[in-house]
Amino acid sequence: MEKDQDKILSDVTSGEYKYGFYSDIEMDRIPKGLSEEVVRIISSMKNEPEWLLESRLKAYRHWLTMKMPSWPNLKIPHIDYQEIIFYAAPKKRPLLNSIDDIDPELKRTFDKLGIPLEEQKHLAGVAVDAVIDSVSVKTTFRETLAEMGIIFCSFSDAVKEYPDLVKRYMGSVVPYTDNFFAALNSAVFSDGSFCYIPKGVRCPMELSTYFRINSANTGQFERTLLVADEESYVSYLEGCTAPSRDENQLHAAIVEIIVEKNAEVKYSTVQNWYPGNKEGKGGIFNFVTKRGICKGENSKISWTQIETGSAITWKYPSCILRGDNSIGEFYSVAVTNNHQQADTGTKMIHIGKNTKSTIVSKGISAGKGQNSYRGLVKVLKNAAFARSFSQCDSLLLGDKCGAHTFPYLEVDNQTAIVEHEATTSKIGEDQIFYCNQRGIATEDAIGLIVNGYAREVINKLPMEFAVEAQKLLQISLEGSVG
Amino acid sequence: MLIIKNLKASIGGKSILKGITLEVKPGEIHAIMGPNGSGKSTLAAVLAGREFVEVNEGTVLYQGKNLLGMAAEDRAKEGIFLGFQYPIEIPGVSMVNFMKTAVNEHRKHKGLDPLSASDFLKMMREKKEMVEIDSKLANRSVNEGFSGGEKKKNEIFQMAMLEPSLAILDETDSGLDIDALRVVANGVNKLKRSDNSFIVITHYQRLLDYIVPDVVHVLYDGRIVKTAGKELALELEEKGYDWIKREVENNVIA
Repeated sequence: MEKDQDKILSDVTSGEYKYGFYSDIEMDRIPKGLSEEVVRIISSMKNEPEWLLESRLKAYRHWLTMKMPSWPNLKIPHIDYQEIIFYAAPKKRPLLNSIDDIDPELKRTFDKLGIPLEEQKHLAGVAVDAVIDSVSVKTTFRETLAEMGIIFCSFSDAVKEYPDLVKRYMGSVVPYTDNFFAALNSAVFSDGSFCYIPKGVRCPMELSTYFRINSANTGQFERTLLVADEESYVSYLEGCTAPSRDENQLHAAIVEIIVEKNAEVKYSTVQNWYPGNKEGKGGIFNFVTKRGICKGENSKISWTQIETGSAITWKYPSCILRGDNSIGEFYSVAVTNNHQQADTGTKMIHIGKNTKSTIVSKGISAGKGQNSYRGLVKVLKNAAFARSFSQCDSLLLGDKCGAHTFPYLEVDNQTAIVEHEATTSKIGEDQIFYCNQRGIATEDAIGLIVNGYAREVINKLPMEFAVEAQKLLQISLEGSVG
Repeated sequence: MLIIKNLKASIGGKSILKGITLEVKPGEIHAIMGPNGSGKSTLAAVLAGREFVEVNEGTVLYQGKNLLGMAAEDRAKEGIFLGFQYPIEIPGVSMVNFMKTAVNEHRKHKGLDPLSASDFLKMMREKKEMVEIDSKLANRSVNEGFSGGEKKKNEIFQMAMLEPSLAILDETDSGLDIDALRVVANGVNKLKRSDNSFIVITHYQRLLDYIVPDVVHVLYDGRIVKTAGKELALELEEKGYDWIKREVENNVIA
């Protein structure tokens, strides 16, 4: 009986990665390896101002003194930083002003990924910054948004055009000293997205960044900096994919969010990096530092993440709730299938009075996947009447996978109310058979059950993407029922 | 509709069904009664395609097709419905979504287009009224947090939605109060037509006050030991199962 169920589950959970193709694009690459020289080369290729080079070098020197974190519940193979190419960019055409200047192969790549770079073809109401390997190749709707005072552009453009804003906010939420990968990113980051929503503006469309790793042996190190001024609102989405390769590739990003008084940022991620093959060969190492600060009173940050990809995921999108009455939310679905590992969760730091945080984490483990939730709720001394609620659920498909929960609570104010709930359940043969008996095939039944389990989180995604996320959940868990 | 010949089945190497022969014609209601452990639920499980039951011998023809060679979901789409003794909870999956998926799978099988959202909701409303199910049940997750009675009523509601040719109700009456029992029985009576059939598995005679069977079988130790009209059910109610057991044992000795 057990055997049958495990066979069904193993059949169903061995689907194929759909975005594993490689595009033959003419690229500029620098030699592999990391040194102060490489940091200088990256900076000079981007014609950066002196202050940014200085900041990179400081970060690099600090990184040299650091060690990779060993506390995550992950088995991370040795990473040789001298074997990684730290900068690869599609060969520059003279000027990338119109869509016609973009390499047709690049356009085809993004078309294939469902991210057309032509504005008229794109999903209505979504502006995209498309990043391939180390650089942003196109930001759509830039002009439309500029009319409202919204700045949405590549990080490199922001450094050139809005140096004061970048200087003021970059590193203010995630300093280079924060952790090993943050220091690495601060030294070698190549591009990313920048977004500023001015006072009182509600951004009329979804902003999104699509990250694509294409070149072999290349790491991707990008930063996203998002500033929501007083009384503003923006919903932001990021997606990611990479070719299927036998070698692991490193993606170490930083996301910083600053939210002023009465402003709100909704940040959603659909992460679908190549997860490696069924034997656990290849796949992306996704080591990301994401953090936002609710600076002003009544401000709000809401993180939603659907994590289906990567060989190893290490990320904890966090909120610093400094403004009184500010709100932090974290909604997460993390899938680990085959040999994937994830150690993910959040940190909610309550500093202001009446601050509130909500954490809903849904882990799904299949195959030999290992899924850990790690979360910190910290209530500081002055955070009177802070409230926090966490719910961590784990769903197991099969008997070779694992689910782990590591909640940390540190409460220094007696008026705080902090709750934590955790459940673990197994997808049952009974549930699948019940669906079968109503005419629903096993593959669809698992999709239905898993999506039901994750519904609370998927409902938090912008509508256009909720459907995509549902399909993705199904695809990443199914495939070959005979 | 259904012809079972010399069906033998086991679970984990233990023989449970020891040679069942049974024929159900269109328009008939058959009751299968018997003491606990006699193999009633195993028979239902074999017919529905549960994999943990191993079929060792015998044949089952359903509408002229070899039923045992079909996957569980195909049997369902061909019109076999199992009302579960213990309906399963599926958290987060709404009844609407669940039933819509199921109904459209059935339609696809028949070569029909999926129902539009409004047609589907209309159908749901009609069937809800037909089986007198509380309208709120249909808006909740599948069986999640339902009481025992609500779960059984929900089975009848699903049966009404899927309009099976052959419905097997596995002790749908167990643990029901009189009101719920009436809802279940009314559902069956309303759905009964001249071209569909029901197999009602029950331990007690009580349900048969409301559903009048054409044939009553007594299953004991993996065999059908007695078949008669509806009066057999009354006799069992009065005398219990012991006389059947004695009769069987005497036959074996003789």
